This record gives sequence, structure tokens and C-alpha cells, in this order.
Amino acid sequence: MAGFTGAPGTGKSTLVDGLVALLRKQESSVAVLATDPNSPFTGGAILGDRIRMQRHALDPKVFIRSMGARGHLGGLSLATREAIRLLGAFGFDEVILETVGVGQSELEVAAVADTTVVVLTPNLGDGVQMIKAGILEIADIFVVNKADLEGHGRVVTELRSMLSLAPKGSWKPPILATVAARQEGLEELWAAVLAHREHLESSGRAGELAEQRLKDETAEVAAEIARNRVRRALDEDSDLAGRLLKEGTPYNTAEEILDRGPQR
Amino acid sequence: MSPTAVRPVRIIVAKVGLDGHDRGVKVVARALRDAGYEVIYTGLRQTPEMVVDAALQEDAQVIGLSIHSGAHMTLFPAVVQELKRRKATDIVVFGGGIIPDDDIAALKKQGVEKLFTPGTPLQEIVDWLRQRFPDGAP
Amino acid sequence: MKVRARDPKEAWKEDFESSPVRDDGIETSTISGIPLKPLYTADDLPRRSEEMPGQFPYTRGIHPSGYRGRLWTMRQFSGFATAEETNRRYKYLLANGQTGLSVAFDMPTLMGQDSDAPTSRGEIGHCGVAIDSLADMETLFGGIPLADITTSMTINSPAAILLCMYIAVAEEQGVPASKLGGTLQNDILKEFIAQKEFIFPPGPSMRLVVDSIEYCAKEVPQWNTISISGYHIREAGSTAVQELAFTLADGMAYVDACIERGMRIDDFAPRLSFFFDAHIDFFEEIAKFRAARRIWARWMRERYGAQSERSWKLRFHTQTAGVSLTAQQPELNIARTAIEALAAVLGGTQSLHTNAMDEVLALPTDKSARIALRTQQLLAYESGAANTIDPLGGSYFIEALTDEMERQAEIYFKRIEELGGVIPAIEASFFQKEIADSAFRYQRELEQKQRIMIGVNDFKVDEEAPIEILRIDPRLEAEQVARVREVRRKRDQARCSNALTALRKAAAGTDNLMPYILEAVRAYATEGEIMNTLIEVFGIYTEQAVV
Repeated sequence: MAGFTGAPGTGKSTLVDGLVALLRKQESSVAVLATDPNSPFTGGAILGDRIRMQRHALDPKVFIRSMGARGHLGGLSLATREAIRLLGAFGFDEVILETVGVGQSELEVAAVADTTVVVLTPNLGDGVQMIKAGILEIADIFVVNKADLEGHGRVVTELRSMLSLAPKGSWKPPILATVAARQEGLEELWAAVLAHREHLESSGRAGELAEQRLKDETAEVAAEIARNRVRRALDEDSDLAGRLLKEGTPYNTAEEILDRGPQR
Repeated sequence: MSPTAVRPVRIIVAKVGLDGHDRGVKVVARALRDAGYEVIYTGLRQTPEMVVDAALQEDAQVIGLSIHSGAHMTLFPAVVQELKRRKATDIVVFGGGIIPDDDIAALKKQGVEKLFTPGTPLQEIVDWLRQRFPDGAP
Repeated sequence: MKVRARDPKEAWKEDFESSPVRDDGIETSTISGIPLKPLYTADDLPRRSEEMPGQFPYTRGIHPSGYRGRLWTMRQFSGFATAEETNRRYKYLLANGQTGLSVAFDMPTLMGQDSDAPTSRGEIGHCGVAIDSLADMETLFGGIPLADITTSMTINSPAAILLCMYIAVAEEQGVPASKLGGTLQNDILKEFIAQKEFIFPPGPSMRLVVDSIEYCAKEVPQWNTISISGYHIREAGSTAVQELAFTLADGMAYVDACIERGMRIDDFAPRLSFFFDAHIDFFEEIAKFRAARRIWARWMRERYGAQSERSWKLRFHTQTAGVSLTAQQPELNIARTAIEALAAVLGGTQSLHTNAMDEVLALPTDKSARIALRTQQLLAYESGAANTIDPLGGSYFIEALTDEMERQAEIYFKRIEELGGVIPAIEASFFQKEIADSAFRYQRELEQKQRIMIGVNDFKVDEEAPIEILRIDPRLEAEQVARVREVRRKRDQARCSNALTALRKAAAGTDNLMPYILEAVRAYATEGEIMNTLIEVFGIYTEQAVV
């Protein structure tokens, strides 16, 4: 499955919407998981991706699920991995993940997706240098959307020069131009996704990645369990909480809680 | 309390029919977000089928409709009917807009749980949702 | 004992600061958030040479004689159910002293759909009159001489079609198009921004607007081709400054489009008109109207080089603010409407609609519609408001506020320009986001009682007796459906079919579409058929909604 990430305003939803249209023309069924951040304070969110994909409403071969990142710092909730598995099991030909590039979400997407597509646009403000560390390593494909805008050429050039300095792997990430609002460049983009998929299979990376993902997910689940356990303990055990506040020992307190094991 | 501890209630808000007055639905969407709900605004010109289908795909517990066009006596019941047809009658339907009091009574009989009339404070909507779903999403 | 005489201004300042201040937490800024001083003095009067009514830049009014020359037109927006019912209501209003007609269409008509379309079900006749074809239009104006009245039609995406229907009805009455007076709302930009009754994408939508302006310049020269609207923008939640700026920016976009078509500005600008809201913050509205005239005059003369005075003069219709009305204690709405109407009159509006008190709940009853009309007559004949031109001109406060609104509007013009103009700004959701933010901010202020709505968040009453409201008979829907099917059955099929084919072909080209639409209308093609023909060529627009 392909994961799309990028800063807000890069037109990811429109891009994914266009790809869904393309895939439907090819008679594939598609599931889209779109993630938006929840407010860290209220926990609420306006999940705004579905509305960008209105043309697929009532198409029984298109399934769209909007997900909140739910306080997960990386931008993807734990439920996302489960959801991806389920969607695959339900027999969708293609599963597309879409998430907003805040926090560490690009790394999150890369850990979950077979092919990670990073979406950029020409009006990046301070230029490509502002792209966060880690993006170059995790992107399997770069897309410069809104390619009709001024500055497009510059973004591509800068990306190319940054990539030339990066360590070389066996896959050379292509840099593609799209104007998602006009359905331009989408066929080339999907072709690149398929090419990458092919590369993963033939190089044996697919199996490695799958294994790595299961391990990662296990670690994530463990971390979440531990987190919940700690929070619950601190909520319910006032002695413990009191000691923590008096002595200021997070590491010791955490160890103590985990040593206690699951509370019934 | 950690935001992940309780599953947020998920709400579809939509404008069904031809009416394009979206000031209210957008203000309500923001208020619901600020109150901790996950809100999916499906936009203008939705049909009852589209709204219910979205609610099912999104595993929403609530559907909120905003209608100012006078077509509420047709459109609210149509959504309730569609929920019946899709075997999803556990989804709660509420709404607002230009709806006279007599019609409110009639719509409640037809399965709309709550209707908020012009001038309702946002907090009242939030309070109602909180008491309706005190433990978050089931 | 010698007492040094205090400077009056300083004295006042000291006295004010040592006086108690109300602590009710209510905002003293305008409803749009413009901070207000407790007092304005001669020091606040902007330095400029004295402005005169009827003289550039028309801050004090576009006519030298103001309402002494002619009162504003009392033009009550009206329409519901069927053409027959509405025709009856029009005759009632005209008999009661209304001086111009204003047509409200129902949702399916506004959205270019026939009454028998599946998506029209439940929507017919509720918020206006159902017009499916020329036949309905003939009924609507039956017995009303179009040569003697002016009519405003509030319709946007299908505006060209309704105008052609009006022209065709006039033809049947023996009235040539050149004698017809009235206004077509026809303002598609504000649909993308606020009211959301768009159908086609921006490009073809603008083409239709320019076609109608170009056609009328030659064939219907007394017709106001467009009513560039701020009302809907304001009702969607914008501030007064945003209403002012976005409306005038839209106006400039239309001017640009017409010039691009090759028209000379003085050939069409005199027939552009405007439509503003009159909201409850009294003084802000008056300043807004005055600023609008000044800004438009300047831009027309200095930026566009218009030579004719008629191109510089901003003419506008006003409607009192629908969003200021409450469902609670609705009789209060009569008072609100009176205050708002007074602001419009003191602001120099050319024509005015006053809301009825029950409009939060339903379309007006005969009685409430009459009260609304009488409110205008009260202002015109009893209150003395019409006796002096721009009576608030020279007020320290009003002049300062007029300047401030102008200044803030110019800031918005720059931002819109930076975004590449109105249409790119629409596509970037600029206006929509500004409006949604203002709407939310206002709602928060209400909830925190920084702003009050009597009956809603203060001075509430527990039990209220329900007032009688207008109900649309649901049987009318079936009748209207039958009627449109009848029209389709009875017409000259060949003529209709040929007309639609010709229209489709022309739409794919660059001809002015008005003559083709007129022929289709005469052939009793229905509104939905004409719209669908155009949709085949133009496509349908889906907005990128922002919450």
C-alpha cells in the first residue's frame, strides 16, 4: 500500500482523490485511510479529507475512513495499522494512506507503508531546505504538486541536489510533477508507485519490510500499553503520585509501575 | 486524562438537499471539535444516501443535519429511513436550521432525536452530546 | 481666588476617566470589531475639502437632491409556492404602496432544476416561487404591466434564463425589451464565496454574466444587469469591512471581465448595481455605505479611467439583516428592522427591503409583510429622515468611521491582489476562511455575552406563545410537478429541441448565449433542460470546502 505525506496545503487530498479516480477507471477497488491531527488539548478534530473526495461518494468500490491521530505524537494512531490489515483482508485492491506532515508523521508513514510518497509544493516559503530531516531518507517517491505555480522548477532542482548528496540505496526516488487539481501527472505517479512495488518484490525488500513492520508494531503496542498503565497508575495511586511529585523521579517511578505488572 | 483513553464520539455533519447556507454547520463543527469530538463535514448538496453511507464508512455514532430551506419534513425522515434500510438505526440523528416547533414534534416522532432551533447556544449542543454519550464512543 | 479655565477637551477627559464605567462586559467595539472611542471631536474630522452630494466621490450621495428629489424604492422581496399565489401577493403589495417588485425563487429554481427532478422533492415553493418555464413566468406577471413597474430578480446561476423569460413575457404584453427596467442579481462570484448556489465552474459562470451584461447594454439598456452583493457575504458571517471589501472586489472582477470581453467601461458600468446588508450596528452600517460610494467612485475614475459620471456612481439596494432576527420574542424584530432600515436610509440607499418579523421561522404572512412595508413608509413620511441629504455628514464620528472603513477595505484589496485576484482567491478559499473565522468569533462573543441578542442570550422569556406562520401547502408540490410535465407535453417539440441543440453548440463556442437562451425560453424549454444543456458543456463545480 502507498502512503502519502506532506505539509498541510500541498494538495494531498486532491492528489489522492485523483488517484482514486484513476484506479477506478482501471476497475480497481480502493480504500483510503486519511489521518488528521487531533487537538492535543481537547482531543477533538475536524477530519477534512473525505470532503475532498466527494466524487466517489456512493461508489461501492471506494471506501474512505477518516482517522484522527488521537494524541499519537507521530501522527498515526495505533488503530491505523489494524485498519490497514483489515482493509487488505476485505479485499480492496489498493489501500492508500494519507496523513498530514506534522511532527514525526513522515517517519510513521514510512514505517507503515510499502511505498512512501512525499508531497511538496512550490510555495514552500523558505525553500526546500526547510524540509525536515528524515524526509530524504524515507521518501520512495517525491511529488511536487501544484506544478503550474511559479517556483516549481526551483523546488525540483533543489530536491535533486539534496538527493545527490544523500546516501545511495538500490532505489532512486523519482521526482514527479503533478497538478492534481487538473488530474495531470497522476498516471506517471501511479506508474512510479507500481515500479517501486515491483522493486520491493524483486529485491526481497518486501519480506524484510513486512517483518520489520510487525516488530515495530509490536513495540508500538507495547509502548501504548505501558503508557496507559503508567497514566492509570498515577491517576489511581495517590501515594505513588505524591512521591513522584515530592522526589521528582520519573525513571524510578516508571520502572516501579512496570514492575508491578498488569493491574486487574 | 490522556486523549486516547476514551474513544472520541465521531459525528458526521452535513447539509442535505439544495440549501447552501453553511454558516451554522461550520460554526457547530468547530464547536464540536473544541469539545473533543471527531467531526466529519461531508459538505453541501448531500443526499440522504450519501450521508448515511459516509456515517457507516466512518463508523460515526451521530449524524447532524442543517436545513434552512424548508425541506426538513422530507429530508430528515429520508435520512432516518435510509438508516433503517442500511440497518444502522443505532446512529443518532440530530439537527438544526429553520424548523418550526410543530415540525420539531413531528420529526421527533419519526426518529430524529434532537433539533436545535435558531439562537441555541453552542454549549447546549455540546451538553446534550455529553449526556447522550457520557462514556465516549461505544 | 483665581480658577484657571480648563481646556474643555482635557476637562472632559478627566471627568470621563473619573466617572464610573459600566461593568457589564459588553463589547464597545462595533459588531465587526472596530474599536470605538467614547467620544469623537473636531480633532477626529478627516482633513479634506468639504464633500457635496452629487459630486465626486459621492460620499454624501450620488444625487444632488437626495430623497428630496425622489424617495428610495420600497422593494419587498417576495415569492413562495406557485406563480399564482405569488402573483396574488404582488398585487396585494402593489396595492399597499410598494413601488417595485422583487422576486424570490424557490430552491429548485435557484439551482436550475425543474420541479419534477428527483432532487427537487420536498424543496418546492418553500423559500420562493417555483418557476419551471415561461408558462410559470406568464402566470407570475399576469395582470401586472411590465412597462409600468421595475422588477428585481434574485437569481444567480440561472439568471440569464430568468431574464430571458422576463423579456419574453414583456414581448407577449407588447412591451419592447428596451423599455424594461429592473435588476438581475446575477452575481456568481458571491455564490462561490458565500451563498453557494453555484452550478458551473467560475470560467463559464463569468462568461454567462458577461454575456448578459453585453446583451443588455445593447438590447435592454435600462436594466441593471447585476446586483453585486455583500448581503450574502455578511449573512454568512463576515464583518462589515469584509462585506464592503469583498463586494467591491467582486465588482472590480466583473469590470475586468467585461473589459477583457472588449466592452468600453462607460458602456456597461452605469448599469452595474450593488446590494448591501443593513445590520444592527447602526453607525457602522451608515459609514459602510458612505465608504462604498467613495471607494467605487475613486476606483472607477482613477483606476479604470471611466469618463462618464454615471460609471462612477455606486447605486445600491439594501436589505435589513436576516441574521439579526430572533425566533425568540419575534415582535422585537419589527424594532430591529426599523433601526436597520433607518441606517440604510441615512446611508443613502436607492432601494430597500425590510424583513418581516417572522422570517426566522418561515416566509412572511400577509400581516407581517405589511408591517415590514409600513416600517419603510413610517421612515419616509413620519420620521423626517428623508428631509435632509446625508444628515450625518460632518458628524465627527461618522466621518472618522467612514474613513476607517475605507482604510481597512483598501488593505483587503491589496491582499486579494497579492493572491492574484478574486477568482484565485476563491480557489484558495481566502474569502471563505475569513468569513468562517468571523462567524465563529462572533458566536463565541455571543456565548460569552460580550455581545447581546435580546431574547437569545439575555432578557429571555420562558414561555412564548407561538406566532402564526406561513405554511406552504404540500399539495402544491404535486400540482407544480404536473404543470411542468404538461408544459413539456404541449409545446412545439421540434422548436424546443432545435433551440437546445443550437444552445449547446453556441455554449461550446464563443457566441453571446443570450439570444440562444431567449429562443429556448420562447420554445418553452424548461429551466432544467436549459441548465442541463449548459452543464453538458460547462461541467459542474465542486467547492473545496473549508470549515
